[in-house]
Amino acid sequence: MNKRYNKVIFEVSSEGRKGYSLPKLDVEEKSLSELMPSDLLREGNVGLPEVSEFDVVRHYTNLSKLNYGVDEGFYPLGSCTMKYNPKVNEDMCRLEGFTTLHPLQPESTVQGALELMYDLDMKLSEIAGFARTTLQPAAGAHGEFTGLMVIKAYHKKNGEAEQRTKIIVPDSAHGTNPSTAYVAGFEIAEVKSNDDGSVNVDSLKEVIAENPGAIAGLMLTNPSTLGLFEKSICEITNLVHNAGGLCYYDGANMNAIMGKVRPGDMGFDVMHYNLHKTMSTPHGGGGPGSGPVGVREDLVEFLPTPVVEKKGDEFILDYDRPNSIGRLKGFHGHFGVLVRAYAYVLANGSDGLKQVSEMAVLNANYMMKQLKEKYKLPIDQVCKHEFVLGGIKDTSTGITTLDVAKRLLDFGYHPPTVYFPLIVNEAMMIEPTETESKETMDEFIAILNKIADEAISNPEILKSAPQNTPVGRIDEGKAAKDLVLTYQG
Amino acid sequence: MHRYIPSTSAEQQELLKSIGANSIEDLFVDIPSNLRFKGDLNIGEGLSELELTKHIQELANKNESGLTCFMGAGAYDHFSPSVINHIALRQEFFTAYTPYQPEISQGTVTAIFEFQTMMSRLTGMEVTNASMYDGQTATAEAVALACENTKRSKIVVSAGLGKDTIEVIKTADETKGIEIIVAPLKDGATDIEATKALMGDDVAGLVVKSPNFFGIVEDLGALEAVAHSDKKSMFIVNTDPSSLGILKAPGEFGADVVVGEAQTLGIPMSFGGPYLGFLSVNKKLVRKIPGRVVGQSTDAEGNRAFVLTLQAREQHIRRYKATSNICSNQGLIMLMATIYMSLMGEQGLKEVATQSMQKAHYAYEKLVATGKFKPMFPGKPFFKEFALVADADVKKINEELLKSGILGGYELGKDYAEYGNGVLIAVTEKRTKEEIDELVRIMEAI
Repeated sequence: MNKRYNKVIFEVSSEGRKGYSLPKLDVEEKSLSELMPSDLLREGNVGLPEVSEFDVVRHYTNLSKLNYGVDEGFYPLGSCTMKYNPKVNEDMCRLEGFTTLHPLQPESTVQGALELMYDLDMKLSEIAGFARTTLQPAAGAHGEFTGLMVIKAYHKKNGEAEQRTKIIVPDSAHGTNPSTAYVAGFEIAEVKSNDDGSVNVDSLKEVIAENPGAIAGLMLTNPSTLGLFEKSICEITNLVHNAGGLCYYDGANMNAIMGKVRPGDMGFDVMHYNLHKTMSTPHGGGGPGSGPVGVREDLVEFLPTPVVEKKGDEFILDYDRPNSIGRLKGFHGHFGVLVRAYAYVLANGSDGLKQVSEMAVLNANYMMKQLKEKYKLPIDQVCKHEFVLGGIKDTSTGITTLDVAKRLLDFGYHPPTVYFPLIVNEAMMIEPTETESKETMDEFIAILNKIADEAISNPEILKSAPQNTPVGRIDEGKAAKDLVLTYQG
Repeated sequence: MHRYIPSTSAEQQELLKSIGANSIEDLFVDIPSNLRFKGDLNIGEGLSELELTKHIQELANKNESGLTCFMGAGAYDHFSPSVINHIALRQEFFTAYTPYQPEISQGTVTAIFEFQTMMSRLTGMEVTNASMYDGQTATAEAVALACENTKRSKIVVSAGLGKDTIEVIKTADETKGIEIIVAPLKDGATDIEATKALMGDDVAGLVVKSPNFFGIVEDLGALEAVAHSDKKSMFIVNTDPSSLGILKAPGEFGADVVVGEAQTLGIPMSFGGPYLGFLSVNKKLVRKIPGRVVGQSTDAEGNRAFVLTLQAREQHIRRYKATSNICSNQGLIMLMATIYMSLMGEQGLKEVATQSMQKAHYAYEKLVATGKFKPMFPGKPFFKEFALVADADVKKINEELLKSGILGGYELGKDYAEYGNGVLIAVTEKRTKEEIDELVRIMEAI
């Protein structure tokens, strides 16, 4: 990161500068008024910048240096799986044989792309223990929506859509779960968690008993948002099934269990992957992600159209699916992201993916053990790929998790996920991933322990952190109050 | 160990020892043994980089790629300057997370702020969010927003949106109890009189697309009057931002929400994704919009800094009261479009729009002049895409074009029985006179 660069592109602009070139118009030019009624034409300028090509390169290069990426350092963000994004994947998705394809080209001319999609579907289905996986959803939340629509379609086919209006969501769930259930037209029945973040089975039984015939399904993250494997998982899925509901698996934490246990084998009927987590496609500063959805055999008929099918040696896009929930987005999903994920799955193979989960879990358990001396560890048992601390132990100086997180920035780290899950006070959620070495973890542990000491010896330094970043702590209240959302200069 | 994992066996042992575990298996004892997956996943063994690239290159080679593209229907072959990829591949941008820690994400949030500014100026609105998945889902979100805002559950959408967009709206919004009423077309444009009859005090708004699916530029002034004939009802316009260098901004016509697909701003076609949706509104609606928004503020030293704001609207805060569940959006594609708009700038965007329109009209006139193609919607103003009815079988024509490496127009009969043997042809600034003449020559010969 460099010294503070503080410009927006409009401040680099100079009237008359150009950063583009196009061939001269080689057809006979007609006057605009001949082509378009004048009341439909723009008068005056748009207000876009006028800059040279080099201005653009330099500006965005300088902006980039205000950012922090995985390639430069540790990113232990719980629930986000910020692992290494292999470079070769970027080459693969940029092959001219993919990037220049129009999504509506005749199927005979895109056999390679369709084969890739079909093969990825098969492999994702195998990894999670499902029959088929749609690749259309654009992100995890979009996958959740798709999955709930599938559940709705299943009940509709059974003539029970009207009565089955409730989705059970644990109070420890990711925010997307309840909001997805809501936007999919369901009501939420919240189930309590135990102190260890697992589902309180008695509470679940109560919720089911209170809603006879009304349970559409359950949304669950396993390992839970505390990074712990749900000990009563089969009892939970059985209870929901016996109540006539389906079980939805939030695959956010899939990185913990590949090759070890499959959602389909735990009694789940539907799940979404986050390819930008588990399958290492880059986060891109907030996207694009991809959220494929796997389903068991008897739910395949409900998947969104089109579905890639294999007919003999040919791959086709099948639109003729009368029970499909319909189309979820334009075209066929985030194809470029799918290519990257496909490359990642092939590079790892069955042996590699198992190692991924084993090392992710080993690393998390190691860090948890090393950090529990100076930080609260609400649940001290074997964790999966991530764990949750409850802030520093010695709070006599009033230091909060937010202060610790901001101080970590000074030492050149991206902080863990903070204040989530909501069921742990002062939560810090740490996920090292399998791609970090012991040295990296040891350095980070040493820094976190140092910060815990500083909290007592020099609390001010934490409260005024960060000091060594391109900008200091930002006034978020002012941003919301003044609402300057576009450049006014 | 796999090449993406740094730990050696010795280090593994060290880690296990410090935890007090004997083996990796000890760390998985919490998984009931009857559930444990036995054996190997049936996905093949890991490939070396050489095997991997060979295999994927072979798949890429099985496609007929790099065709001379005259197909549009929602995805367009526009020119994309080299700079975009170079910047987008900087690890600081593409391996970074969502900018929840603004002190080390000023690059991303500044770019979002620039995007919000450029898109708002293009659309003639005051506020734009940090992106939606694509144009289709952005339109569906706008419908939900209108219904939420007016507390009404009916929406009228023009058939000019095209079948796919209408289907995405139905999938996403019918489940919220929203009734979607499709307004018919007349000569390829939204039928004003018929639409008027569909509006009413129980309708949340009117959704139109301009240029519409058939390439026609709609009469937004007249449609705005229809949409706003009821005081509360909203006017939602889906548009192609690459047309706005020369076409009047929807905001100037009084749109309440402007949405669309920004793949046309230098994003590769890439078999349909990832693309870039956008959603623009005026300030009074800002607290109702889905997705992320960046605002300007100051840091502890009083310097200008940017930060995600109004997060109380979003799923991670509002949980089951959020109007949208969108979380990951299209960050990197948003950055690419922002770089594109910077490079092209004021003049470039105008020139792209002008050249596309001029070349499309050249192709149109040449094809009509052959006598073998009739305009499907004669006299209607179009931007870069137009529909013709062919004498010969369109499928045959396209098969013939393909032999010369040309991707012909979209066969309308596939989705629109009423436009049987119609073809929808798109022409961008990338197409040369020579390519257009070749297209005409082959199409005429069949």
